[in-house]
Amino acid sequence: MSAHEDLNSQNDNNGEDMTIANAQPSHAAPKSLSEVSANRLKDRTPGNAPLGTGLEARNIHAWFSKHLAVQDISLDFAAGTVTALIGPSGCGKSTFIRTLNRMHEFIPGAAMAGEVLLNGKDIYERGTDVTKIRLQIGMVFQKPNPFPSMTIGENVLSGLKLAQLKVTNKDDLMEECLERAGLWNEVKDRLGAHAGGLSGGQQQRLCIARSLAVNPKVLLMDEPCSALDPGSTLRIEETIGELAKSMTIIIVTHNMQQAARVSDYTAFFLSDGGPGKLIEVGPTNEIFSTPRDQRTENYVSGRFG
Amino acid sequence: MATNATVVSAMKPTMPWQPTRGDRARSVIRLLISALLTYGIVALTPLKGKLAYFFVFIALSTFITAVDKFRAGGKKAAQDSFVSALALTAGVIVFLPVASILFTTVSRGVKGFHKTLLTDTMAKASITDPISMGGILHAIVGTIMIVLLASIISVPLSIMTALYLTEIKGRASGFIQFLVQAMSGIPSIVAGIFIYAAILVNTALRGSAIIGALALAILMIPTVTRTSQEVLRLIPNDLREAGLALGATQWKTVATIVLPAARSGLVTAFILGVARIAGETAPLLFTIGAADTLNLNPINGANSALPYYTWRTLTGGTPESMQRAWTAILVLLIVVLALFITARSISRRRIS
Amino acid sequence: MSTTVHTTVAPREISTRPRPSDRLFRAILNVMSYSSLLILTLIGTFLIFRGFETFRDQGFKFITGFEWTSNVVDGVEKGTFGIGAMIIGTLLIAFTAIAIGVPISAMTALYLNFYAPAKAKALLTTILDLMAAFPSILFGLWGYFVLAPMAEYWAKLLYKYFRWIPIFDAPQPAFARSPFIAALVLTVMIIPIVTSVSREVFSQAPLDRIQAAYALGATKWAMIRTVVIPFGASGVVGGAMLGLGRAMGETVAIYMVLNIAFINNLHILYGVGGNVASMIVQKWGESGLVESKALLAAGFVLFMLTLIVNSIANLIVRYAVKSGK
Repeated sequence: MSAHEDLNSQNDNNGEDMTIANAQPSHAAPKSLSEVSANRLKDRTPGNAPLGTGLEARNIHAWFSKHLAVQDISLDFAAGTVTALIGPSGCGKSTFIRTLNRMHEFIPGAAMAGEVLLNGKDIYERGTDVTKIRLQIGMVFQKPNPFPSMTIGENVLSGLKLAQLKVTNKDDLMEECLERAGLWNEVKDRLGAHAGGLSGGQQQRLCIARSLAVNPKVLLMDEPCSALDPGSTLRIEETIGELAKSMTIIIVTHNMQQAARVSDYTAFFLSDGGPGKLIEVGPTNEIFSTPRDQRTENYVSGRFG
Repeated sequence: MATNATVVSAMKPTMPWQPTRGDRARSVIRLLISALLTYGIVALTPLKGKLAYFFVFIALSTFITAVDKFRAGGKKAAQDSFVSALALTAGVIVFLPVASILFTTVSRGVKGFHKTLLTDTMAKASITDPISMGGILHAIVGTIMIVLLASIISVPLSIMTALYLTEIKGRASGFIQFLVQAMSGIPSIVAGIFIYAAILVNTALRGSAIIGALALAILMIPTVTRTSQEVLRLIPNDLREAGLALGATQWKTVATIVLPAARSGLVTAFILGVARIAGETAPLLFTIGAADTLNLNPINGANSALPYYTWRTLTGGTPESMQRAWTAILVLLIVVLALFITARSISRRRIS
Repeated sequence: MSTTVHTTVAPREISTRPRPSDRLFRAILNVMSYSSLLILTLIGTFLIFRGFETFRDQGFKFITGFEWTSNVVDGVEKGTFGIGAMIIGTLLIAFTAIAIGVPISAMTALYLNFYAPAKAKALLTTILDLMAAFPSILFGLWGYFVLAPMAEYWAKLLYKYFRWIPIFDAPQPAFARSPFIAALVLTVMIIPIVTSVSREVFSQAPLDRIQAAYALGATKWAMIRTVVIPFGASGVVGGAMLGLGRAMGETVAIYMVLNIAFINNLHILYGVGGNVASMIVQKWGESGLVESKALLAAGFVLFMLTLIVNSIANLIVRYAVKSGK
């Protein structure tokens, strides 16, 4: 699905006369994506942390068997920032984000090249305990995927159980994680209920809370709102804004408005039929107002995609 | 173009998640230590035999690997390695009896091969006679007749039931499905004594190939039905809709589009059904009489079959009769394996 | 912008009257599909019809009794028939086979789905399919000549070191043709079906939950424990029940390795056992008219037992597969 369609379908889903702007009455309906992003910058002045700390991807290539899907991508994700990865379908952005916490290797025949540095240390270095890497770099997926056999509370703490971590005060941690994920008020009275009873948006926030419980430094989000309605999307975006105060977030999205609303930096990926490549990266409002590359300009203005 | 190509080849695909040479060396050392300790333990305790070596080795290497992983990655790594060793062990345990069965059957069975094995019957030879006398022609012919008759009875019924379940999807589908599954659980001996109780008790009829085929047909129906059903389910719906959209009746659509499209799959279902019944012994004990000679009449007179002949020779109790049993079972195994390989190659061709 | 107008139009019924050829086609398939019901009913009816006199004469003792004698007094065939020992023996052997076979099968299914490299997977799958295609008389032959001598030695060891556990005790150290050996042969025979059902259910474990577990830093085992086992447990239970049904109905292979006697024996290592199906084969040859009716009645009991076990198993498997979708 193209980003353009995405924008339309947002409106369609919303009902006859409701748009994103109406759903978010505190903002005046913005005209352009760069204005959206500028608004966001006013709300949450990003730290002046220079690019180069947090997570660094160096010359990332990713293969599926013989097929090269992502070619030579180097990106720095500064600590405490939100970076959006945008681009049309098949541009390799999901494959790329999955190399960042070593989820790429679960696909049979997968291969990669390059380095991913977390605190300056390559996560692909031989002898690295991959489970520890994934504890530090959490991930939220497209479709909400809580564990249905567990209660809401157990879901939040499931990461501790899975990684066999000990924690002194489970209840406090549970409350804190649900609070940060913006779900506490809605579920505090039914922590013992099964997670399947929650709405899609609540389930996705539960998944975020679950990722937070193991205290990751980086949170990867692979189109976290693509299966949700606009109201839930808004709640997740608010949550992302809150979380970015304490961690690095990388989010893949089809939705350019979303990228504009939530991110500090935006990276534009494109495939010309071959492997996906990084076309341009920069502060989000610049990408949407004054992109350097013509292809970026075409994409963000909705001319293709 | 040239520059593009050099950029692509600048970095080679790697799989940093796979074990390094160091990891491999370490696991080889662990296995060597386990092997040495195994040898010592089996020598010093009352455990004996190849299987003792096998199990002690498995237990030791699992334990040593888990300890090694514990030192590197703690409790969770040790547990993980322990479970993966258990899973591998289970796979190997499954492999052992099959290897043993194949080895025993082939090595014992081939000793009984002789010139007239496939061309002579037991008309002039007794099962305790030297192995070079007589043959199993009557059993092979009997098996072929019985299996063919059983197929003629069961295949049409099975395919029609499968068509009902996939094409009509009538109100009773769930119930029929349940019945077919219940049928697949009928013990083979029950099929045998049922046919005996229904046909041979209080009638003038005596055991023959057709009576045996009736019993085997009962066992064949569920296998063929379920496999056909799987095959018919794989036929894409647009094929059916294309037929219906052209104004064909459902009957025409099924006969001219669905069934031809599923043909090779239905052949596979038929072969798997044959493989299911070709080796059945128990039902035949009650239904085919007992013949040592060639009987080409399927509806009259006692007959024989390979599994039945094996059973009969076993009761002889002499080395010669045992040899006959092994040889007959080897021939039966070859027949079943040939059917099995044919079915697999047909279904594989269909997939590719 | 569209204005929604609520009208009170009732949905129109779409009905097509099939053409005559189609009606005939459907009618034939409808009738044919009931052939399985007909066969099952006929089996039950004929066996109970022929065995009716036995049920009438022996009463409840037929199920609970441990005696099976038949003699001819003044030209009249008389007998006491009780298959209690056979039923107990059948269950003992089948459950022992399940106890050994299900853990192996479940672990093999896990290995195939989550651990095996592609080549090992292809090889093992072929081997399992082969195992399912072996004739049961071959298992019997192999069990008698190859497995039984080994198993007898294992039985000695078990008796020596574990006889303090009641089930491994024995009245005398006689271990040949024991329920234990029969159970081992059955174990090999049920592994394919239990493995394939377990594998089927495990393979439907939802990928997104598997990924979620890995993304939370789970090892493979932690993932399996948290995602796959809660999801697939009922499927393994269903597969085990199907295996149980197979194990209870197996005839020839058991007959060849088991010493059948009408004695109530719960010591699996002790060389005396019972089995309904094998007993029917054993007694068939020399049975008179009255005794053969008792054997048909025993066949009816076996039919009902396996039918019930299999039906429950199929319902469990169906539920397990459905809940995965």
